[in-house]
Amino acid sequence: MTTLTLAKALNEGLRRSMEDDPKVLVMGEDVGRLGGVFRVTDGLHKDFGEDRVIDTPLAESGIIGTAIGLALRGYRPVCEIQFDGFVFPAADQIITQLAKMPLRSLGALKLPVVVRIPCGGGIGAVEHHSESPEAYFTHTAGLRVVACSNPADGYSMIQEAIRSDDPIIFFEPKRRYWDKAEVDLAAPGLPLDRARITRPGADLTLLAYGPMVKTCLEAAAAAEEDGRDIEVVDLRSLNPLDMGVVAESVTRTGRCVVVHEAPVFTGFGAELAARITEQCFYHLESPVLRVGGFSTPYPPSRLEEYYLPDLDRVLDAVDRAFTY
Amino acid sequence: MTSDAPRGVDAPPELVQLLTPEGERVEHPDYDIELTDEEVRSLYRDLVLVRRIDLEAVALQRQGELGIWASLLGQEAAQIGSGRALTDADMAFPTYREHGVAWCRDVDPVRLLGLFRGVNHGGWDPAEHNFHLYTIVIGSQTLHAVGYAMGMQRDGGEAATIVYFGDGATSQGDVNESFIWASVFNAPVVFFCQNNQWAISEPLEKQTRIPLYKRASGFGFPGVRVDGNDVFACLAVTRKALQNAREGQGPTLIEAFTYRMGAHTTSDDPTRYRVADELEAWKLKDPIERLKAYLFKNQIADQEYFDKIDAEADALGKDVRRRCLELPDPEPEALFKHVYAAPHALLDEERDQYLTYLAGFER
Repeated sequence: MTTLTLAKALNEGLRRSMEDDPKVLVMGEDVGRLGGVFRVTDGLHKDFGEDRVIDTPLAESGIIGTAIGLALRGYRPVCEIQFDGFVFPAADQIITQLAKMPLRSLGALKLPVVVRIPCGGGIGAVEHHSESPEAYFTHTAGLRVVACSNPADGYSMIQEAIRSDDPIIFFEPKRRYWDKAEVDLAAPGLPLDRARITRPGADLTLLAYGPMVKTCLEAAAAAEEDGRDIEVVDLRSLNPLDMGVVAESVTRTGRCVVVHEAPVFTGFGAELAARITEQCFYHLESPVLRVGGFSTPYPPSRLEEYYLPDLDRVLDAVDRAFTY
Repeated sequence: MTSDAPRGVDAPPELVQLLTPEGERVEHPDYDIELTDEEVRSLYRDLVLVRRIDLEAVALQRQGELGIWASLLGQEAAQIGSGRALTDADMAFPTYREHGVAWCRDVDPVRLLGLFRGVNHGGWDPAEHNFHLYTIVIGSQTLHAVGYAMGMQRDGGEAATIVYFGDGATSQGDVNESFIWASVFNAPVVFFCQNNQWAISEPLEKQTRIPLYKRASGFGFPGVRVDGNDVFACLAVTRKALQNAREGQGPTLIEAFTYRMGAHTTSDDPTRYRVADELEAWKLKDPIERLKAYLFKNQIADQEYFDKIDAEADALGKDVRRRCLELPDPEPEALFKHVYAAPHALLDEERDQYLTYLAGFER
């Protein structure tokens, strides 16, 4: 076991993938000598050279568009979009090309492209640096969408994403980049499309992914003091969604609160609430409640503590769930 | 800015031309080509056959057998000239109008018709022909081509990529980004812009204030304008640009100065936005007529040969029609196929539920 930050675990995972497969490339803005603005690609340029770790011009559509071309030639590009709010210039290439080309070719083409996106708020940043755009991508058929929440998953999930023959949007919770945990570099990870019960409990299920898993674990620990036994499920994969784990958990606990940073309105939680209602209707003791961002653009950083779901807002929703 | 004067009729002086509209062979200081009589006849055959396929496709659309068709009428020389410049190892990225290039890459024309009929969105294996799928979003494929060329660069070997786009596409961000990428990475790519003077109803001056080929210099690579209705010049200029790319000299922008003689697609009505004189003037520059005149004048082919090619074209048209009408509609299950390379649990569940639902009607 090794203690790693999430950023370093991702870095180790990228390194392992590049060692295992010479077709794996890393590309993006500042990913070379600088090692990325979050240092996730630190040292890769030095060790693998500029043909495999490509500092690109500052144009996100260009990053994804050329990555598609490289993938068509047999490469496995891992693209870094520097911040969540900068993915939109690339949205056209992701949605109209990356997601749809395999179907267009009747399966003749595979596009093993990973799009890494540091996501979420809580770092005191300026506009466009704190967003949670996952629902735009989960709504796009042809993409797989995953979010890691901890160093061990970061290490294994990035490697499995790179091995996937499908295009993957890979969300990394930027405010957790510096969180440390034990990582077993030899252990096989959970399959990429599987959810994990991170903390078992009997009374209520908290569903979260990415940055909110830690918040939910803290909320569950706090609720224990009130005598509530809360289960926390880390979804890990948003598309496909591991409904087996979700439905089993909620069927058992009878109560569910979904937590994400993105706005609640038509957010990913809406899909979860609808599916849980369809599949667990006779087991529910309360409606599925959602905690998330408001129906506002992401606020200036001096306001973000009011915007982002925190331990108290999660516990408030838990309390409400028990009033039914 | 916009006037109703005929567009592009007076050929600009900087145009590379090896065959005049009257069918006279002319010299150019930088470009030349040596072709055997058989090769020249073969180019003529290509031009005639792709025009015939196009004509048949337009008819099929008018008869309700295709949802839409994007005609290449008038652009045959640009496509055959550039398409015949490619080696097997080269890769081509088309728009949705490159039926002539598809022909050069041995893609069955019925595959193209399948897309416009709506039986699939593509349906040929790009690796089998080194001819990518048609891209409908304007200009997106230029970035794919540059990425592919960067892959060729990493693989080593003698190959280049060519990417097709139109005058309208030059306004797209992706096309400009692809120029930057190709330039800074010195990618082995040829940008082949068919300037057919019209982007649906918008004339060239809505896209640019300078000749398109001159854009290249701002990005740091050569640009050249070629007579897009001259199959010799298109072949010579493209050959040279591809060879430069293969030899590590980086990208070239070729502007093939041509004319869209038909509508943008079968859904379009050019009489609403352009004057009839313009088409009449461009008919005098027809790519097939000038080559036919050259063949005749130089006694490379006689009437018997032309009749033979016309008969072949008619047979091809009939064959394409018959096989288009025979294309089976896909089964409902095809909705769910090839969305992902690996199994996807939720999609599989949706498919199973829907097929069970449909089966309920069969009882």
